[in-house]
Amino acid sequence: MTETQDAPARGDSATLPAIELAGVVKDYQSHGETVRAVKGLDLTIGEGEFFSLLGPSGCGKTTTMRMIAGFEEPTEGEVFLHGQKVTGVPAHRRDVNMVFQSYALFPHMSVFENVAFGLRRKGVERSEITRRVGEMLEIVDLAGREKRRPGQMSGGQQQRVALARALVNRPRALLLDEPLGALDLKLRQQMQVELKRIQREVGVTFVYVTHDQGEALTMSDRIAVMNDGSLEQLGTPRDIYEHPASKFVAGFIGTSNLLSGEVAEVADGRAVLAYGPGERIVVPLREGTAVSGGQHVELTVRPEKIELHTEPPAGDGSMIRGTVSEVVYLGTSTNYQVVTSAGADVVVFTQNVNSAEDIAARGDSVWLSWDPRHSYLIGQIGATP
Amino acid sequence: MRRRLTPYLMILPAGLWLVVFFAVPLIMMASLSLQQGNLVDGFQQTFHWQNYTEGLSTYGDKVVRSLWYGLLGTVACIVIAYPVAYWIAFHAGDRKSTYLFLLLLPFFVSFILRTVSWKFVLADNGIVLGTLKGWGLLPEGFHVLQTSFAVIAGLAYNFLPFMVLPIYVALERIDYRVIEAAKDLYAGRVQAFVRVVLPLSLPGVFAGVIMTFVPISADYVNAAILGGPQNTMIGNVIQTEYFNNSNYPTASALSFTLMAILLVGIFLYARVLGTKDVLEAAGR
Repeated sequence: MTETQDAPARGDSATLPAIELAGVVKDYQSHGETVRAVKGLDLTIGEGEFFSLLGPSGCGKTTTMRMIAGFEEPTEGEVFLHGQKVTGVPAHRRDVNMVFQSYALFPHMSVFENVAFGLRRKGVERSEITRRVGEMLEIVDLAGREKRRPGQMSGGQQQRVALARALVNRPRALLLDEPLGALDLKLRQQMQVELKRIQREVGVTFVYVTHDQGEALTMSDRIAVMNDGSLEQLGTPRDIYEHPASKFVAGFIGTSNLLSGEVAEVADGRAVLAYGPGERIVVPLREGTAVSGGQHVELTVRPEKIELHTEPPAGDGSMIRGTVSEVVYLGTSTNYQVVTSAGADVVVFTQNVNSAEDIAARGDSVWLSWDPRHSYLIGQIGATP
Repeated sequence: MRRRLTPYLMILPAGLWLVVFFAVPLIMMASLSLQQGNLVDGFQQTFHWQNYTEGLSTYGDKVVRSLWYGLLGTVACIVIAYPVAYWIAFHAGDRKSTYLFLLLLPFFVSFILRTVSWKFVLADNGIVLGTLKGWGLLPEGFHVLQTSFAVIAGLAYNFLPFMVLPIYVALERIDYRVIEAAKDLYAGRVQAFVRVVLPLSLPGVFAGVIMTFVPISADYVNAAILGGPQNTMIGNVIQTEYFNNSNYPTASALSFTLMAILLVGIFLYARVLGTKDVLEAAGR
C-alpha cells in the first residue's frame, strides 16, 4: 500500500472520522477451504467525504462495504463509526444505510412506504415522517410519485427511490454498492452528476463501491484502489491517475503505457534510461526512491502525455523512436500504437486540434516525446525506508 | 390462414378432452340433479328443484361440517406448512431439492393407503396411544380415532404439500437483498419478517389456501376411515347416495350445491383479499 495523500484536513481536529477500519481481515469458508477476501485493511474515511472503493470484481470491495454495514463481521480487526467500535453490532443497529446494487426496493410497498420504512422502524412521529419523506422525494426529484409501486418505475427512478430510502434516515454514512451498474450509459452519466449534487446538498459521507474507474474518478474526493483483498493505492482521483503507485493501478485506471529500460545515469534527482542513439527516457525520482546505474526499472506514461513527431524533437525530455503499428481515428482524437525499444505497443492519443490529416500512417518511422514529469517509476524499486 | 389457425389447433386436444370428459359429464350431472325416478324404472327429467332444497335441508349440517373441517384443516396446513417452507427456502442451503423430495415422498403412496396407515398410528392401542397408555401418561379409555381431531389431522396431513409448495415458491422468489435492506433500515428479525418476508409470501399462502380448502371440504376418505358416524362430511353423503342408494339425482344436486358454495366462497375470498390490497395493508 502506498499512501500518496493524507486524508483531507478536517476543520476541527476533534472531529472523529466517519468510518475507520483497523486491520480488518475477512475469511470465507468455501468448499472446505478458507479464502481470505480481505487481507488486513486500514482505512480512515473523513466526515462528508465522497470516498470510493475501486477494484475489479472479487477484490474485496463489496465485502469491505458489507462489513461497514454490518452484514458481515470481520474475522480480525475492528470497524469504527464516528469513533465508536461497532464490530459485533447488527446491521439494524448501525447508523449507516446502504443503497443496494439492484436497489432491493420493497416490491409490495408504494414509493412513499419504501422511503418511510426506516423512519417508521425508528418510531419517528407520523407528521414528521410525512414531512421528511416529502422533502427527500423533492431532493431526488420524485415528488408526486409517492403512490407508485417500484415495479411501475424506470431503472433511474428506482435508483432514486433507493437513494431517498437510505438518505431520509440521515445516516452518518451512506454506503452505495455499484448503484449505477444496472443503468445504461447515458442515464449512468446523468446519475453521476445527480449523486454528486445530492451528496453536496445533504452533506453525508458517501462510501461508493464500484469497478468503474471512470465513475470513481468523476465523483470521488478520494479513491481506495483495491486488488486481491488489499489496498493498492489511496489518494485523490488526480493523484491516482497521474501517479499510479503500482503496475496494477496504472493498468486498472485508464490506459497506461508500461515501459522498461536500464538506468544509464542518475543525477539531479532524475534517472536517465538509455536506448539507441538519441533515445532516452528521463524519470524524476520521488523522495525516498533510489536507483543505481545498470538497474532494470519499469515506468508508466499516460497516452495523452506523449507527443508524436515525424522528425527528431528538440529538448531534454524523454524521446524515443518507433514504428507506427496501428492508427485509429476517433473523431476528436487519433490513437496510434507505436513499437519502440522501451516497449511494444506504446499507445499515443493525439487531439485532432487543427490537423485535417493524421500525422503518421501505419509503418511510418516516428519519434515520441514527453515531459520528464509524466514518467512514473512503479513497483517497490529501491524504496528506502 | 394456416398461421392464424395454428394456436387453435394447438389447444384442440386439451379442448376436446375438456369438452368430452368435463363439460359433457357436468351438463349430464346438472340435468340428472333435476330428474326424478329410481334405478329400476329409470329417471325422467322433471325439473324437480326440490332435489336441491330437500338435499340441503336433510344434509345441511353435513355441508356446514365439511366447510368447518375445510377451514380447520386449511388453518392447520398453514400453521404446519409455513415454518417448513420457510426453513427449506432459507436454511436448507444446497439441499433444498432433497428436502422437498422427502416432503413429497409419502405422496408416492396411494391416498387411501396413507390414510389407512394413519388409522394404525392413531389406533386406541397403536404405536402412539398404546405406548403413552403403557407409560401411564394417558387414561385407558382415551381415544383419537372417530373424533373430529382424527379427521382434521388426516385431512391436514393428506393435503399438506399443496400448502407447502406454493408457500415455498413464494418465499424462494424473495430477493435476499430485500430482507437485508429491511435490516439495514433498522428492522430487527421480527420486523423484517412481519414487514417484508410475510407480505411477500402471502400470495403463496393464498394459492395454498385455495389448493387445500377446496379438496379438503369435498373429501370423504378421511372421514370414512378416521372418523365415526358423527364426523360424516358431505362427500360421504354424496358417495353413499350415489354408490349405495343409487339416488343419482340427490347425489348430483348435493354435488352442485357444494360446488356452488365453494365457487362463491373462492370468488368472495379473491374479492375481499385481492392479493394486491392485502399486500398493501401488510406493508404498512
